[in-house]
Amino acid sequence: MNYLASIGSYAIMIKEVFKKPTKWSIMRSLILKEIDELIFGSLGILIFISFFIGGVVAIQTALNITSELIPKNLVGFATRQSIILEFAPTFCSIIMAGKVGSYITSSIGTMRVTEQIDALEVMGVNALNYLVFPKIIALFLYPFIIAIAMYVGICGGWVAGVFGGFSTSADFIEGLQLDFIPFHVTYSFLKTLVFAFVLATIPSYHGFYMKGGALEVGKASTTSFVWTSVVIIILNYILTQLLLG
Amino acid sequence: MIKVDNVHKSFDDAHVLKGISTVFEKGKTNLIIGQSGSGKTVFLKCLLGLFTPDEGNISYDGKIYSSLSSDEKRDLRQEMGMVFQGSALFDSMTVEGNVMFPLEMFTKQSKSEMKDRVDFVLKRVNLDEAHNKFPSEISGGMQKRVAIARAIVMKPKYLFCDEPNSGLDPKTAILIDNLIKEITEEYDITTIINTHDMNSVMEIGEKIVFLKNGLKEWEGTKHEIFKTDNEAVTNFVYSSDLFKKVRQMYIEERN
Repeated sequence: MNYLASIGSYAIMIKEVFKKPTKWSIMRSLILKEIDELIFGSLGILIFISFFIGGVVAIQTALNITSELIPKNLVGFATRQSIILEFAPTFCSIIMAGKVGSYITSSIGTMRVTEQIDALEVMGVNALNYLVFPKIIALFLYPFIIAIAMYVGICGGWVAGVFGGFSTSADFIEGLQLDFIPFHVTYSFLKTLVFAFVLATIPSYHGFYMKGGALEVGKASTTSFVWTSVVIIILNYILTQLLLG
Repeated sequence: MIKVDNVHKSFDDAHVLKGISTVFEKGKTNLIIGQSGSGKTVFLKCLLGLFTPDEGNISYDGKIYSSLSSDEKRDLRQEMGMVFQGSALFDSMTVEGNVMFPLEMFTKQSKSEMKDRVDFVLKRVNLDEAHNKFPSEISGGMQKRVAIARAIVMKPKYLFCDEPNSGLDPKTAILIDNLIKEITEEYDITTIINTHDMNSVMEIGEKIVFLKNGLKEWEGTKHEIFKTDNEAVTNFVYSSDLFKKVRQMYIEERN
């Protein structure tokens, strides 16, 4: 029953986010601030993780090729498929649920605890539009960092595969080009856009409607991470079934 | 003037406000006092429109809040200023940014006009050297003054203060009280202060509403509170020996 009530209030929140818009001159600076915080602020960690995960995928694939019948270009092929289809859009989104999601929940939650949200509402500002809408718009740029994560992940695979002696550069690149289906990239970006909306709104919901003090802000951040991850994983399954199944 | 007529408010099984009726007058500092849990904060939030009463009406200079459209409610909200207990300043903005925020949000003034207005109100609250500081870099008393400046920058008709001097030393608390009183008279606004600070009651209580268990137990002025026979009021206001003696001296002096 509680879950149903939460889903209901989440839906109401989404409706409110798009009502009574904030003045454009203010909204523009809020969006730019959020792009800097949520997108550019996450670039470093995603590049770092993507590079090493790409490398690990390449090494593990190479180590599992025991039969001489399996072509060596499988290392590049498997790295590309793993990175584009799953690692970049889904795994990165789970990481973002921890990094960006916790930041969103704790910043909005702290505003709730310190009555800053009440102050906005008393002034007649639509607090949900003011706080959540810029995050949604900023996270529309999320596919761009996922594109970078794909590129860096594949580079990581190439570096680990070639310099680790698991594959030749020619084999790896041949594998990258083998049976390439452009729709897989489209599928990946479509998933990413849906996850971006989830990343902006579920943590905002947990921050905005939290009750209590500083301790509860921490609890709300944890709950928000858990629920954002759960929703991303469920949506990942549904979208994969719908788009590729 | 704010007129409250038979306001009830419940949360689940808890009947917090049980039919409060009173009038808060323009140009006066109106105080809501009462013990913790008496319903003061809920009452203040009803007056601010943050809570909707289950029953009864609140009217602002004749405009009944519950019968207003959402646009009219938003317009009315812009005529209200609020000083929160913890100041509720926006952490990410400087003092100047905080005070300028309502102007940027709701007016079409030029940057220089806004700047002039912000300079004026910051000077009015004796804070003309903290423009570029962040809330975390100034004292609690200064934060309260910034909150007052932000509340009055839009020239409100109604000013609400929730425990404006809680957490402040006695000297700063009196300064804040006096500042609110001066601003109330200067701008001829309806000011409502939620407090349980007895110094405030004695200093600036031009009208006092005493709540007990969600009911209006007593109302009067700071002079009348000395003479009242209402046991609940005297037990609350004169709970300390010092205030008991002050009251005794006041009565003897009057006699």
